Amino acid sequence: MTFKVLEDREGQVIRTGKQGAVPVTCNKASAAGSVSQRACTFCGSRVVLYPIADALHLVHGPVGCAAYTWDIRGALSSGPELHRISCSTDLRERDIVLGGEGQLESSLRDLVGRYAPKAAFVYATCVVGVIGDDVAAVCKRVAADVGIPVIPVMAEGFRGTKRDGYNAATGALLELIGTGDVSGVGPLSINLLGDFNVAGESWIIKEYFARMGVEVVSVLTGDGRVDEIRRAHGAKLNVVQCAGSMTPLAKAMQEKYGIPFVRVSFFGIEDTAHALYEVAEKLGNAEVKERTQALVREEIAKVLPQLKAFKRDLQGKRAGLYVGGAFKAFSLVRALRQLGVTVALAGTQTGNQEEYDELQKVCDENTVVVDDTNALELANYVVEQDIDVFIGGVKERPIAYKLGIGFCDHNHERKIPLAGFQGAVAFAREIHATATSPIWSLMPRRNRRASKAPRLATGTEKP
Amino acid sequence: MTCTARVSPPSQTTVNPCTLCAPLGAALASAGVRGTVPLLHGGQGCATYIRRYLISHFREPMDIASSSFGESQTVFGGEANLHRALTNIDRQYKPNLITVATTCVAETIGEDVERLLANFLEKNPDHKPIVWASTPSFKDGHAEGFHAMVAALVAKLATVAGPKKKTVNLLPPIVSPADLRHLREIVAGFGLEATLLPDYSDTLDGVILDHYRPLPDGGTPLEDVAEMPRSLATLDFSLTGKAERSSQTLAERGCPSKLLGLPIGVRATDAMCDLLGELSTNAAPSWLSQERGRLLDAYADGHKYVFGQRVAVFGDPELVAGIAGFLAEIGARPILCATGARNRTLRSALQALPADEERVILEDTHYGAIEDACRTLKPDLLIGSSKGYRMARELGVPLLRVGFPIHDRIGAGRLLQVGYRGTMQLFDGIVNTLLEAKQAASPVGFSYL
Repeated sequence: MTFKVLEDREGQVIRTGKQGAVPVTCNKASAAGSVSQRACTFCGSRVVLYPIADALHLVHGPVGCAAYTWDIRGALSSGPELHRISCSTDLRERDIVLGGEGQLESSLRDLVGRYAPKAAFVYATCVVGVIGDDVAAVCKRVAADVGIPVIPVMAEGFRGTKRDGYNAATGALLELIGTGDVSGVGPLSINLLGDFNVAGESWIIKEYFARMGVEVVSVLTGDGRVDEIRRAHGAKLNVVQCAGSMTPLAKAMQEKYGIPFVRVSFFGIEDTAHALYEVAEKLGNAEVKERTQALVREEIAKVLPQLKAFKRDLQGKRAGLYVGGAFKAFSLVRALRQLGVTVALAGTQTGNQEEYDELQKVCDENTVVVDDTNALELANYVVEQDIDVFIGGVKERPIAYKLGIGFCDHNHERKIPLAGFQGAVAFAREIHATATSPIWSLMPRRNRRASKAPRLATGTEKP
Repeated sequence: MTCTARVSPPSQTTVNPCTLCAPLGAALASAGVRGTVPLLHGGQGCATYIRRYLISHFREPMDIASSSFGESQTVFGGEANLHRALTNIDRQYKPNLITVATTCVAETIGEDVERLLANFLEKNPDHKPIVWASTPSFKDGHAEGFHAMVAALVAKLATVAGPKKKTVNLLPPIVSPADLRHLREIVAGFGLEATLLPDYSDTLDGVILDHYRPLPDGGTPLEDVAEMPRSLATLDFSLTGKAERSSQTLAERGCPSKLLGLPIGVRATDAMCDLLGELSTNAAPSWLSQERGRLLDAYADGHKYVFGQRVAVFGDPELVAGIAGFLAEIGARPILCATGARNRTLRSALQALPADEERVILEDTHYGAIEDACRTLKPDLLIGSSKGYRMARELGVPLLRVGFPIHDRIGAGRLLQVGYRGTMQLFDGIVNTLLEAKQAASPVGFSYL
């Protein structure tokens, strides 16, 4: 049976050709019944604000939305860990009928009293949008009483896509930014936007900036602290890593505070080096530039031999990737190419037209590009494109494993830092550990292919 | 009964929920019927969050569709999206059955799913069956959602009357694929065939594939579900309110029902085996008697390690009740029995336990309250899902992982708890966890224990 993409999804799956980019239909709501890998608006806001570790995160709604986002990201904190508990107003039937404002207020007062957070974020879920609770009014009232900012995040799941959740989070962050004292902030200062300190990645990047002599005023939101975010408007440059989620905030800060921004990525050594040079360039300080050159030279000298060793084993392997935002996809294609691995399937949950054009440019010819794909499409194309290793999140993992294909988690839940120079080595090690595992030679898919293509036979396989 | 009643703090503020939402349970139950695609009527995020949660536990593909509500569906109703979703599922999966469960938003706007489905079937008269359950999570948790879907499946599909067959219906609560397989094996040992509803032992614990199949192999065939009234009896292991009792529906359709606790421990397993002996008029197979004997032998070897140990058990009500009964049988003390389920069935299920004045029972609770209770009760061991790990670490008390979810270990689907064999695994696990804690804390570090 030949595979056919759903009519509702035509144009969302393309194959790169010889001439230029093919338009990809994107930035639209998931087709009903398509079994999209996407979550919702609430999810978008929740993942962005989640790493702020000294704030209370209260999910206003029935219990599920809080339960599914309990300790969901591997975002580390160097101090408080309030972000790792899951608080819910746990709305019940009578609240649906009579309104949930009373419960929200009592939960807020209860939790602020118990945990003494520096700020509180209140996430409105679907039900709250329908029953029409005045979340903002409750937040305002409680804030006035308890003396901390209590910020409504209007991210009802049905409001739009995950991207709309990023915008809701941007709005929430803008309420904090600009409220702190910036008198001590120096001229060589930046904010790091869109790094979430998953597995400690912000710490790696901050250490580079420290060596360059660049002050990091705040990270939005990795290892995040309310007081640092309040001072973010004092920085001279915004360095945007996860462009999908944080470009709206960077633009808003440019408009409001005149802070320019650069979009960078810290995945892969090429992109990391480029990111650091870009920041040094933008800050325009000769000493910083010199230190950056020295740092990049030193780090590359350290990691390049290790990467080359992995490349010897990985040369010729084929990868598929499905990630949230397109900027990570560009970096991964380059990082994999450096390891001798060809990306033959690439997709994102939230890419836009411009980003898909770029993605097609960085990919080789005959790569399948998918927008807001689903399990069946992925399963079909990993086989059709003869993928050896898949890079994605937990929802993609069983598709790869079920077919006897290697997998690398590059999503929220990873526990190994994959950013920066040492992260590039960790990434290579991950890809190597899964792509070259001897177990795959036992799997039916490989055995069958081996019988047709002797180049892969190892001598232990049966014909 | 001397169990002291304690309730959660007066506020319903939940810190670290001990329940998931109702559609998760409904989707999980649906995975146990052959060729079924579950569809959640509501927002896209619900389906995706639930998939991710189930995938992290079973480590298997789990496709759940959504009618993908946007703003306009929330305001004007989701009929067109529901119909679109059904059509797209048909095109992609060609299922034998679609189950529909309602999310909070659909329930809140008052979607008349019955009518919306009738409209769809009117336009598509040859469509395969569609079963739906109302699963509002402002009312129910995943345990109730699971039973609600089973009840809906039975009500709609188990309708074929006729002469008796040598089958027995089993209505398990949420247990592992290994448990489901073993229940079937025990029934087969008595020369009978089991119709399990649901049976996700293959669909959520499948073999490696060379090409992807839209629908996983396994699950109870629709024909078998249809013929459930023809079985000799229904063994109902689920704890539900009367209205959701599927075995009651089957009884009304001519199949007598028997409510049983989960067969964990010798006595509880004996009760099930006695019943199967009566129904089949066969003696227990010798392998089963051997397993019973070995279990008793293990009890003798390990009884002193567990005697008087204070244990906190948390999870779905059936599993908590089953494990608590087993703990009492081996001389341990289930001093805290807690569930996030809201159907208020746990307390009465625990009535047969020997009295223990320190025992606390928490229903409709959350981990914040369970942890508070543990600080007072000072258990030696925690038994429950991996979501108890944070608490275990905080309290410095070892955790034996059982039930759902287990997100921080591999092999959740292979954990066996039921029957003499499963009890043996549980017993070994308990003893060895206690020994390991003792050994680690000991200044001497004996290598014989």
